[in-house]
Amino acid sequence: MAATSKTPMVRALAVRKSYGNKEVLKGITLDVQAGEVLCLLGPSGSGKSTFLRCINHLETINGGRIYVGDQLIGYREAGAVLHEMHPKEIAAQRRDIGMVFQRFNLFPHLTALENIIEAPMGVAGMDKQKATDEALFLLKRVGLDEHANHYPSQLSGGQQQRVAIARALAMKPKLMLFDEPTSALDPELVGDVLEVMKDLAKSGMTMIVVTHEIGFARDVADTVVFMDGGVVVEAGAPEEVLDNPQHERTRGFLRSVR
Amino acid sequence: MTQAPAPGEHDIVAKPLRHPWRIVWAVVLLVVVGLFVYSLATAPTINHAMVVQYLFSPLILNGALLTVVLTVASMVIATVLATVLAVMKLSENPLLKVIATAYIEFFRGTPLLLQIVFWGYLGMIFPNVIVGIPFTNIVFFNAPTHEVIPMLAAGLLALSLNEAAYAAEIVRAGILSVDAGQSEAAKSLGMSGWYTMRRIVLPQAMRVIIPPMGNETISMLKSTALLHVIAVAELYTVATQISSQNLAQVELLIVAAFWYLVMNTVLGFPQRYLERRYGRGFSRTTGKTRIGRGGLNGGHV
Repeated sequence: MAATSKTPMVRALAVRKSYGNKEVLKGITLDVQAGEVLCLLGPSGSGKSTFLRCINHLETINGGRIYVGDQLIGYREAGAVLHEMHPKEIAAQRRDIGMVFQRFNLFPHLTALENIIEAPMGVAGMDKQKATDEALFLLKRVGLDEHANHYPSQLSGGQQQRVAIARALAMKPKLMLFDEPTSALDPELVGDVLEVMKDLAKSGMTMIVVTHEIGFARDVADTVVFMDGGVVVEAGAPEEVLDNPQHERTRGFLRSVR
Repeated sequence: MTQAPAPGEHDIVAKPLRHPWRIVWAVVLLVVVGLFVYSLATAPTINHAMVVQYLFSPLILNGALLTVVLTVASMVIATVLATVLAVMKLSENPLLKVIATAYIEFFRGTPLLLQIVFWGYLGMIFPNVIVGIPFTNIVFFNAPTHEVIPMLAAGLLALSLNEAAYAAEIVRAGILSVDAGQSEAAKSLGMSGWYTMRRIVLPQAMRVIIPPMGNETISMLKSTALLHVIAVAELYTVATQISSQNLAQVELLIVAAFWYLVMNTVLGFPQRYLERRYGRGFSRTTGKTRIGRGGLNGGHV
């Protein structure tokens, strides 16, 4: 990868993915530079969430390559031969990639604080005091330092999602993936979560966000990618894709979400 | 509907719905139970003094103690083995899957009584336990089977191995009850499969596992009586040994029944503690379990 002057944070090359006979990703190629915020838009079933889940190998791909930093995800390439990675190596790769889910997926048997310190302590081997200090700092950053000892069931959806963001950040990832982070929230709770994400973008975090929030994409994204039917239909700066879409499919989608 | 009540006012003062048949049935049941107890208490065929005499006899108490020890020990062994089997059955490794499935099928597919006798008579099939290198004369260890596995150990083995097969399915159901998103979140944080199982999935599965395991424990306490057939000196064996000498069969059965009931009642307490422990975080208001705050109002908020 000597093509560009600096290595992109994420490079997807002709990524293909099938479920049985149904091909859901038909050759996705895109780059995300370090510090860039990329928003993935598209109708449901367009493959955008699937693509996101391929980046941290929650889904395996059937063709193409995904690189995060200088690492090929999920495989070791020896000449022309690909070797499946050991689960331990995959786990190690995932430590650098934070993920936030549509349904939060907080651990219900742990408090907000315990949710955040579990991976730093158990996976990264951090001692409890340091992990707790950092977790409290992160909770403060997402505005929930007073809820440290609450269980997820005692928090609103928006609060849970902010804890989930803090939990992902606790592993100090280079890259954050957001899979429709506000789609399961009551409308009045969406703002707080988007605010946290904007903040994160400002701090220089590399982010890939699957979303239906056009306003967020316009305000925060450096690049907007519109996907449909497993292909990238259109990609570019938000003002190009959102305000002056070149493809009819993009126009139709934007009309329908407004 | 003429006037809306003032806010906060409890203005419903209704006569409670009457349930006259409940009272009738309660009375009928009381009479039936009362007659039964009365006939037992006055039966000339039952030597009541003997019941009282044997209730706290050291022989009986020792038998009851062994019953508790056997129950607890075999449930602990079975639970550990069951967890391993459940994880094996759910693993992607076909070999592990087959082994676990075959184990479960085999131990559930044959009567417990048969298995107990089998372990008890193991010495008749394999008279000696030999550890060495097959087809050579090198032997590290050689001893008669009945010395290596005495009847007590055979009984414990039979109960644990059999129970593990049933408990494995309970543990598997518990693991499957945990939302797949939990494993995904754990993976995305870089947790390994085993770490995820131990720290994220199993603690949540416990909520589902504990109630049926309480059931299994009660069942196990009673199954220990089957060890009678290989002469392990647990409660039922002791009771029947005594009655075979003094011919007071009914009296000693009453004594045994009394202690089984007492032991099962006491064994229910740890279950409640465990349910509270693993219910943390699953109720909205306090973070404690719904059971812990039960009381007369029924509890769940």
